[in-house]
Amino acid sequence: MQASTQTNAPKQAGANRSDSQVAVNANEVQHEFLTFVLGSENYALDIMTVKEIRGYEDVTKIANAPAYIKGVLNLRGDIVPIVDLRLKFDVGEATYDEFTIVIMLMVGERIVGIVVDEVSDVIKVNESDVKAPPEFGVAFDSAYLHGLTSINDQMIILVNIQKLISSDELGLLDANANKSLEQE
Amino acid sequence: MNKHILVVDDSPSIRQMVQVTLKSARYQVTTAEDGQAALDLCKRMQYDFVITDQNMPRMDGLTLIKSLRSLGSYRSTPIVVLTTEASDSMKAQGRAAGATGWMVKPFDPQKLLTVAAKVLN
Amino acid sequence: MSVDMSQFYGVFFEESQEHLEEMEHLLMELSLDDPDIEELNSIFRAAHSIKGGSGVFGFDALTGLTHVMENILDLARKFELSLTKVIVDQLLVTVDTLNQILDCYQNEEEIDWGAIEKGTAALEALLKEDNAEDTTAEADEGFGLYDNPVTESDDDDFGFFDDVSVENEEKSYGFYEEESQKTDDNSDDVNSSNDDDECFGFFDDEPASTQENTVSQSNDNEPKNIAKDVAPEQSESNSQQADQSTSAAVENKTAKIKSVPQVASSSPKASAKTTAKKPSAAAKAKSETKESSSIRVDTLKIDSLVNLVGELVITQSMIKIVGKDVHGETEEKLDGAIIELSRNIREIQEAVMSMRMLPMSFAFNRFPRVVRDLAGKLEKDIDLVIEGGATEIDKGLIEKLVDPLTHLIRNSIDHGIEMPDTREAMGKSRKGTVILGAEQRGGSIIITITDDGAGLNRERILEKAMSNGLDVSEDMPDEKVWPLIFEAGFSTAEAVTDVSGRGVGMDVVRRNIESIGGMVEIESHQGVGSVFRIRLPLTLAIVDGMCVSVADQTFVVPLTNIIESMQPTHDQLKTIGNDHLLWVRGEYWPLVSMYQMMGIDNAITTPTDAIVVLVETSRKRFGILVDSLEGQQQVVIKSLEQHYKRVPGVAGATIMGDGSVAMILDVESIASDVQNLVPQEVSIAS
Repeated sequence: MQASTQTNAPKQAGANRSDSQVAVNANEVQHEFLTFVLGSENYALDIMTVKEIRGYEDVTKIANAPAYIKGVLNLRGDIVPIVDLRLKFDVGEATYDEFTIVIMLMVGERIVGIVVDEVSDVIKVNESDVKAPPEFGVAFDSAYLHGLTSINDQMIILVNIQKLISSDELGLLDANANKSLEQE
Repeated sequence: MNKHILVVDDSPSIRQMVQVTLKSARYQVTTAEDGQAALDLCKRMQYDFVITDQNMPRMDGLTLIKSLRSLGSYRSTPIVVLTTEASDSMKAQGRAAGATGWMVKPFDPQKLLTVAAKVLN
Repeated sequence: MSVDMSQFYGVFFEESQEHLEEMEHLLMELSLDDPDIEELNSIFRAAHSIKGGSGVFGFDALTGLTHVMENILDLARKFELSLTKVIVDQLLVTVDTLNQILDCYQNEEEIDWGAIEKGTAALEALLKEDNAEDTTAEADEGFGLYDNPVTESDDDDFGFFDDVSVENEEKSYGFYEEESQKTDDNSDDVNSSNDDDECFGFFDDEPASTQENTVSQSNDNEPKNIAKDVAPEQSESNSQQADQSTSAAVENKTAKIKSVPQVASSSPKASAKTTAKKPSAAAKAKSETKESSSIRVDTLKIDSLVNLVGELVITQSMIKIVGKDVHGETEEKLDGAIIELSRNIREIQEAVMSMRMLPMSFAFNRFPRVVRDLAGKLEKDIDLVIEGGATEIDKGLIEKLVDPLTHLIRNSIDHGIEMPDTREAMGKSRKGTVILGAEQRGGSIIITITDDGAGLNRERILEKAMSNGLDVSEDMPDEKVWPLIFEAGFSTAEAVTDVSGRGVGMDVVRRNIESIGGMVEIESHQGVGSVFRIRLPLTLAIVDGMCVSVADQTFVVPLTNIIESMQPTHDQLKTIGNDHLLWVRGEYWPLVSMYQMMGIDNAITTPTDAIVVLVETSRKRFGILVDSLEGQQQVVIKSLEQHYKRVPGVAGATIMGDGSVAMILDVESIASDVQNLVPQEVSIAS
């Protein structure tokens, strides 16, 4: 029996926006991120996009799809594609065991699952603490990153997950669909 | 205890509006979308008051009124015909057909209630 | 106790839209020399209805135009005005304007009063031109009222026919008075019981008071002779209620009225019963009296029904799986019950699916107008023929088809059909024909747009393709040349008309069609004409399928496509180059290997060890090579595009009884990749 937890992402006024913002004081804007591990690096993504966190389950392969698109699975009636970012960006080892996690994300109207090695805490990051991402040395193109931040001396790479998931590079969407998403 | 009114009009929005208005004043309301349907209903049911539009497919208002009057059960039922204007000829036609009264369209709901009250009380 | 009108707006908008559509349709159908009176009446009523509603609900912008339309149509139906093409054209323009006004109201946009004034003036001008004195007078009245029909008459707007007080005359409602009415009665040609001695009366014995309650029923000569105890049917003493303005007997009336309901309910048993069951009886009566009975249902409700039925199918599969573990006596009972359940579910499914099906005519019926307007504008003579309008298609598909169809039809008219002179010079009839057809074949719906125009220009297309940098060659076969027009940025039109040929049209057309799982093909012959053929899957959300396995993967093949499954023998297998053929049922069947097509490892590759599923699509027949058959099953089609994208060769996914996902094959699209090999032309090696 796979463990599965659903996050009850807090609904705030303006929760239509993709970021969650918690005003700390008049000057400071905070965002909440879910941290996860790929290979040896720590990453984080916008908590508001997280629909559910599950263990890795069997998927049904999709004909002639790239290797990093593992296939689809049944998420309570929805047919959801599962993407292994470790394979796509060649980080770490793509193993599938009882510790492997799949984060179900909601991007626009779509649900997509990403396979990661581990999931850690939810962190609050002040906008002022976000530094520009380096040009290289990071698995993802900087276009898909919000930036870098540091928590307890650990470097965390903040991923713009909506942009990544909708990108042509990942090829999860049809050309048209992409256009309509970009307009959102 | 509530009076039962039959509303005959081929326009769904008018039917709905009249129905809601009359129901808000506690009347029971049935609707029909043309004269033929109304006539069939009247043969099976006794309504206390009939409000009918004039222009409808299959059987128009005046024909309906004449037919109802020839039914024993509806000889004296109040029937009001909805007309597009208050011209003498329209009124005469209504009377000739056997209507109890007339009402000009468009009307506002309050008027409708006034007429119903007059007729049913 | 004021009623909020806005709750009725939605219904009003919908019904007005329908009226406008009907008006347009009828106006175009109308024979100008010999107009059908019923059609004229219907058009009149439609305008009248919109006018009425607009006044009641406050959509004043509609009132003026519809009022003049009504006048014109009233005269027309009385044959006091003969309709000319000019008048009909203007009426059609007015219908367009009304549509726009409706849209403005619906979307809460600003009304263009200037356009309305222009339109109204144009209509009025028609009336003035075509007139005898009678009609002028009426038209004037019409004008007078048009500004504000309600205030024109006076405060009250209703009247009872008793005319007791003159002031009632002024009101817009009134009751007929018994006096005046008596004199009228005799001259009435009312066919009710003027001479009838049939009495009517009151339910209780109070003759004295009843006398005063002389009824102001217009047709009654007996008001004074009121008998009591008349057969209850007749006496429904609603009669008393009819008398209004005479206040004298008010109290009595009230007393009587109280008794009415009791009598009403105790009288004819029939009516008592009907009172109880009124809602259903009345509703049924209503629907029975209509010719084609139907009710409006929100599509969302139907969609959720469809989903629920889908869930039922999945649950049923789950039960079957669990049932496999049941043995002994219970097994037989369970099997029996499951079979019953299957049958019931299948029936519900078919019923629910058919709810969403609409005839193609819903999509087609706007085109006569499109063709008429466009042909007129381009000064071409074109006849639009519609075939197969009764073919049914899912409502969702209709909505998505309208744009592509419109574009293709405009294309045929603009670029296909030649000018009348050109046609004549070519020996063709001056009038061009465009045929819009729909039919169902196999598991698909085929929609065709055929024109007898100039056909596609091969040279120009190739030229354009080359200048756009596409990979083409001079000697490409036609079937490869025509689809080039679907490439982005393609327009060979010399001048970009505002109709089509902007270069953004055709690629969108193809994309739109593909997004609903369809495909479009072209056939064309220079000088003769072109055919555009759209194939759509007859997607029903639930499909009967045969589950097959290839290595560790399960696929579903729709049963409608399957002819037969068999294990081929060595003798039946032929090879041509890299392709396999199967000789069975008296013909050669191309073979498609699933493991090759889907890129699956560890599958059975030797045909004689595998199973071949012989399938048929609307155009081709071929065999699909799989490992084994897993059994027949009803499956729910779930979309892949919802969270992913379209996968070639796959129509959708389904959830099996054990919760796993299986892919459903899109046999039509697989077919298009299958070569039509003609064995006699090639040497066959076995």
